[in-house]
Amino acid sequence: MSERLRVNPIKCTAHGMCAELLPEFITLDPWGYPIVPGEPVPDDLIGLARKAAAACPTLALLVDKGRRR
Amino acid sequence: MTVVATTRRQAYPARPAARLPRLLAGLVGGRPAGLNQHESSFGPLPLPEAAWSGNEAAGRRAATRLIDVVERSGLTGRGGAGFPTGRKLRSVAAGPGPAVVVANGSEGEPASRKDRLLLSRTPHLVLDGISLAAFAIGATEAYLVVHDDDARLVAGLEAAVQAREVAGIDQVPIQVVGIEGRYVASEQTAIVQHLNGGPGLPTFAPPRTHERGVAGRPTAVNNVETLAHLAMIARYGHTWFREAGTPSAPGTTLVTVSGAIARPGVSEIELGAPIGEVLMQAGGPAERPQAVLVGGYFGTWLPAEEAWRVSMSHPGLRSVGGAMGAGILVVLPESSCGLAETARVVRYLADEGAGQCGPCIFGLPALADALADLAYHGGRGDAVDRIAGLIPLIEGRGACRHPDGATQLAASALAAFSHDARWHDVEGPCYGVRRAPLLPVPGDLESW
Ligand SMILES: Cc1cc2nc3c(=O)[nH]c(=O)nc-3n(C[C@H](O)[C@H](O)[C@H](O)COP(=O)(O)O)c2cc1C
Ligand code: SF4
Ligand code: SF4
Repeated sequence: MSERLRVNPIKCTAHGMCAELLPEFITLDPWGYPIVPGEPVPDDLIGLARKAAAACPTLALLVDKGRRR
Repeated sequence: MTVVATTRRQAYPARPAARLPRLLAGLVGGRPAGLNQHESSFGPLPLPEAAWSGNEAAGRRAATRLIDVVERSGLTGRGGAGFPTGRKLRSVAAGPGPAVVVANGSEGEPASRKDRLLLSRTPHLVLDGISLAAFAIGATEAYLVVHDDDARLVAGLEAAVQAREVAGIDQVPIQVVGIEGRYVASEQTAIVQHLNGGPGLPTFAPPRTHERGVAGRPTAVNNVETLAHLAMIARYGHTWFREAGTPSAPGTTLVTVSGAIARPGVSEIELGAPIGEVLMQAGGPAERPQAVLVGGYFGTWLPAEEAWRVSMSHPGLRSVGGAMGAGILVVLPESSCGLAETARVVRYLADEGAGQCGPCIFGLPALADALADLAYHGGRGDAVDRIAGLIPLIEGRGACRHPDGATQLAASALAAFSHDARWHDVEGPCYGVRRAPLLPVPGDLESW
């Protein structure tokens, strides 16, 4: 099963923690907000992705399981 | 053909023979149509007898039949996104427990007048639609949401609801609710949050409104025009509905035409009519046209000669990268500057954001700045690239689709006015920027 990352933009306060933990996948926009690709997280990064989601201070980073966006 | 038997066996007026007008057939003599007037135009509310019989199983079967008819009619939402209404009703009806129906009459688009026209002139058609939708999905609560600053409209609707209460027409009481006029307050999750006692601002999905909306119940939010069509379909059937329009875009729709046009205003058209034909019906251009804004402030600029041939329907507009939106057409004359118009509107949209999401809070003002630079200052050769670079940083990154509407407008301006954009960027502003603004933005003087 593939996992995708999604940001709740209302909760996200641009801490940037997620991009620090997962620079291979998450980049920051000019205002410090994460740009998360819509594609599934590559297998070798899933562990880190879950860690990044857990580390987000506002719980704005979500791991979606399954096929849907 | 009546689809469902009625409780009060009043004869229905013969189904309208002409394909047009349908919704607007009820407009008589410049005044709001009262209940009697409404019933003599369209007949009584076609709630199936089973709705009142107390026989739950029969009621559910009749409700399913009504949803079937709506689904077969091919009716799609008239609030902007064009989602199939039957499918929405079916998924809300399938949700757990009693549902809620919300009629969205808050018409936040400054260039749209159609919902206000329906609500002020033929309110009972909309109220019939609310009642029928409530029956279809098994709702126990029904709300009609409008802007609270329009006191006359609110009072008129409350009086119409009252008249129906006295006559014992609706099964589910309809509550008229005023919300603030901010653009994003009309978005469905914002309405739901307001009805739940919170601020009228969009929320992040999930939960989705049709699964958990008002009071955590499955909630159907429908545009008021959509509901008016539903009230017609319940009376005359899906085959009748499909007699107008095209197979892939059946029925009629309301459009609001403004800008450089001889007779601005709201009219009813068959879906799929070429935009040129719609504009000629409104008396034709008042000046040499340069472009047409289709769909509203989340819409698309099309060069006039291209727009003329495009068919006014979701599939027709999608084929040229546009969208129907709420059926808005604004004619831009040669003498106006499309870039300056776009810059003003994107500034307005940036100011109207809910201030919740970073890409909307920072991205939209940056986009508005870049557009204003291009339109009014220009001459440095970097504005077009800045705009093109900002668009992907904003698109799809808000909790609601507000920022996407603004980027769609900006991107279509760069495409439709590509020649002007290059000129502005290198040489500076054109003469058109000095012309009085065309697109209405609240706060400016009303232009019509
Ligand atoms: C920023 C924003 C503003 C909106 N404004 C309106 C509006 O003024 N009226 C409306 O009916 N729908 C509006 N919508 C769409 C609603 O969220 C919702 O999809 C619609 O009312 C559903 O009705 P329909 O399926 O009948 O079209 C808006 C959406 C967004 C993202
Ligand atoms: S860690 Fe959380 S709050 Fe910080 S940028 Fe990432 S998603 Fe946003
Ligand atoms: S995207 Fe903009 S308008 Fe929509 S919820 Fe976020 S801040 Fe509000």
